[in-house]
Amino acid sequence: MNLFGDLTLAALYNGPIVLAAQILIATLGLTLAVLLTYFKRWHWLWHEWLTSVDPKKIGVMYIVVAVVMLFRGLVDAAMMRAQQAIAASPSTGYLEPHHFDQLFTAHGVIMIFFVAMPIMFGLLNIVVPLQIGARDVAFPFLNSLSFWLFVAGAILVNLSLVLGEFAATGWLAYPPLSEMAYSPSVGVDYYIWSLQVAGLGSLFSGVNFITTILRMRAPGMTLMRMPIFVWTALGSMGLVVFAFPILTATLALLSLDRELGMHFFTTGGGGNAMMYVNLIWAWGHPEVYILILPAFGVFSEVVATFSQKRLFGYTSMVVATMSITVLSFTVWLHHFFTMGSGARVNAVFGIATMIIAIPTGVKIFNWLFTMYRGRVQFTSPILWFLGFVLTFTIGGMTGVLMSMPPADFQIHNSLFLVAHFHNMIIGGVLFGYFAGITFWFPKIYGFKLDERLGIYAFWFWVVGFLVAFIPLYMLGLMGMTRRLDHYEVATGWQPLLILAAVGGCIILAGILLQVAQFVVSFRNRKKLRDATGDPWNGRTLEWSTSSPPPIYNFAHIPLVHGRDAFWGVKHMTHELQAAQEYQDIELPANTAMGLYISGFAFLAGFSLIWHVWWLLPVSIIGVILCLIVRSFDMHTHYIIPASEVAHIERRRYHTSI
Amino acid sequence: MTTHPAHTESSKHLEETVTFGFWIYLMSDCLIFASLFATYGVLHNNTFGGPSAHELFSLPFVLAETLLLLTSSFTIGLAMLSAHHKRAGETAFWMGVTFLLGVAFLGMEISEFSNLISEGHGPSLSAFLSAFFTLVGTHGLHVALGALWMVVLFAQVLYSGITAFTMRRLLCLSLFWHFLDIVWIFIFTFVYLLGAF
Repeated sequence: MNLFGDLTLAALYNGPIVLAAQILIATLGLTLAVLLTYFKRWHWLWHEWLTSVDPKKIGVMYIVVAVVMLFRGLVDAAMMRAQQAIAASPSTGYLEPHHFDQLFTAHGVIMIFFVAMPIMFGLLNIVVPLQIGARDVAFPFLNSLSFWLFVAGAILVNLSLVLGEFAATGWLAYPPLSEMAYSPSVGVDYYIWSLQVAGLGSLFSGVNFITTILRMRAPGMTLMRMPIFVWTALGSMGLVVFAFPILTATLALLSLDRELGMHFFTTGGGGNAMMYVNLIWAWGHPEVYILILPAFGVFSEVVATFSQKRLFGYTSMVVATMSITVLSFTVWLHHFFTMGSGARVNAVFGIATMIIAIPTGVKIFNWLFTMYRGRVQFTSPILWFLGFVLTFTIGGMTGVLMSMPPADFQIHNSLFLVAHFHNMIIGGVLFGYFAGITFWFPKIYGFKLDERLGIYAFWFWVVGFLVAFIPLYMLGLMGMTRRLDHYEVATGWQPLLILAAVGGCIILAGILLQVAQFVVSFRNRKKLRDATGDPWNGRTLEWSTSSPPPIYNFAHIPLVHGRDAFWGVKHMTHELQAAQEYQDIELPANTAMGLYISGFAFLAGFSLIWHVWWLLPVSIIGVILCLIVRSFDMHTHYIIPASEVAHIERRRYHTSI
Repeated sequence: MTTHPAHTESSKHLEETVTFGFWIYLMSDCLIFASLFATYGVLHNNTFGGPSAHELFSLPFVLAETLLLLTSSFTIGLAMLSAHHKRAGETAFWMGVTFLLGVAFLGMEISEFSNLISEGHGPSLSAFLSAFFTLVGTHGLHVALGALWMVVLFAQVLYSGITAFTMRRLLCLSLFWHFLDIVWIFIFTFVYLLGAF
């Protein structure tokens, strides 16, 4: 038996482009390590961040890792745009077909699982406990474990760049292509195990946040007094709990096919590949709503705050959110109308898809009516919202178009589809998250982001987005299928593909401006300082505490008397809490156990990918031992004495005046 | 999960929160089984020339397995009754009985699997057998993890008695165990009973 399984030195070299990426990763990693050592920051990093169970810090870590992964996904996108812009015959571009296939697979996987999901979880961690007036999530240790499992998955994905290769199957790894017979390399195994490890983290987060929202709300905050962001988080986490197990099961079946020669989805042995496609989309369609619902929640908060007005149609917003949550499980078949389910089945799913557009439309109108006759402040979050209305409406219309099976038969698997879902994911999800990050940034760091650069970035993003993706609609209608690494010049596609690449460059400029925005804001942090804790004249509880909030969030748990609880306090309709003595506060203590468990989970994934069979039982036993050790730990909490609470609160009072 | 030696009033709230969270987890686990049941439902006739359910399963054997598991559900109920009366020794005793019944069930399942494999009817023979082994095996894996959990909790009950802390875990474990019992009833009905006719 080989000590390293199938792993050999040959796995290290995959051509000059990958070599450059490897050198880049190594350099960045080394630089970071050197800087941390030079500034003696390891201790601080470990105690203040890595072992923290404070959801505010976990939220920030989620977003930091997501941004790193965003750059990886962007490089993949830029390489694809460049390839397609030049690869008209006789040129075949600068990328090998096999490399191109890995690029579009990695791009999709990274952007969905390792960028959009973690930003969403990051926002939830930061905002949900504050908005419901809680000091923590229901299960703080589980929260830390979720985060570290996600990180372990992210490291596995990036490891595929250094050792071996990634899947070349498309982001959902349809069999039979993803079966051993057609994808014998480690690529699909990297895909499976990175998603299994990260997916487990998502599942735990789902359980954690549902419990948090339903069990930890401040007294007086009934369900119908919750901020809309919390409602959308509840819907989204409900989908996580009901959809992610399907993904876990499906990927497990695929790995059983690959490793143990079973026949779930194989072409022989009675397997049925269509079963995989059904299962994966029974997870995959709800996944879209897992991402978009919290973005809807962000917009609800942003629009109401910057219109200085109560949200229009709160009840209909709640009903729409919950309808989308339920309906999202009834439309999965529209992803494969052409499979041959028959006209009646297709019609049912086509109609269900059109129906789901209705609650979404309700939301758009609610936001617009909120702005109507409000005192709208055109800050960058509101601009992101307006950009979203434009792009999301275009995306929604093309989506409804494709929900008609006859139309879908013409344009399925084409760039029209690619343009459609980027319309939803960039114009909907990403713009929403950008608005959310800008909106809540001062809450976490105590200073606002530079508005001017934020507005410039917004314009580059919106214009760049339209220039990059509207041509793809046209190309789709012209018959260009997705995932082409080269094409005939006679097709006439090249000018539009060059235009799309130009759009990509404009987006890139927008991203550079965002980076500049963070740097400039950090340098001007004194000037941008928010001493009040309420920089936007906000409405909900998170603005009632200081920026950044103390570790315990609220010195007294607030008493809620209505919707927009903080707005009510500011307008003297009631008190947030009766004046009372400070009391001892009990908080969960830091623990590194989530990190250790995820370390072993990473090793388990690694051993399954490279068939290092001795390591697998070792790492599984490691996970179990960690859990047992943790279960005997009786000192998982510590007390902040009332005197210290009083001290912290007094200091806050002095800085704010 | 959260564990702290807290005051009785907040301890009740915590207990409810933990069991609520555990219910949510169980629902998600239920979805894993639902996916596997759906897969079995689609693939159970795809025998690819190999044996079908009708030719492979012995109902008396499976009935014995079922009785073992059902009895273990009863005994963990007795363990919980003792725990509510704060009788740590009695609780540990019934946990021990439950554990042995669970292990006996696993033993029977392993012997069933190894018989099938040694007769050449392993999981890679046909889609039907892949789906069968995976569905039943996933349940078995859950029982094994539950048994392991039982051992750890057994030690904790003996070590610290029935406290708010061990009580929360006992509640979760018993929920888990009953859940596995219910899943087994579905397996017994849809895989074995319907397969036999």
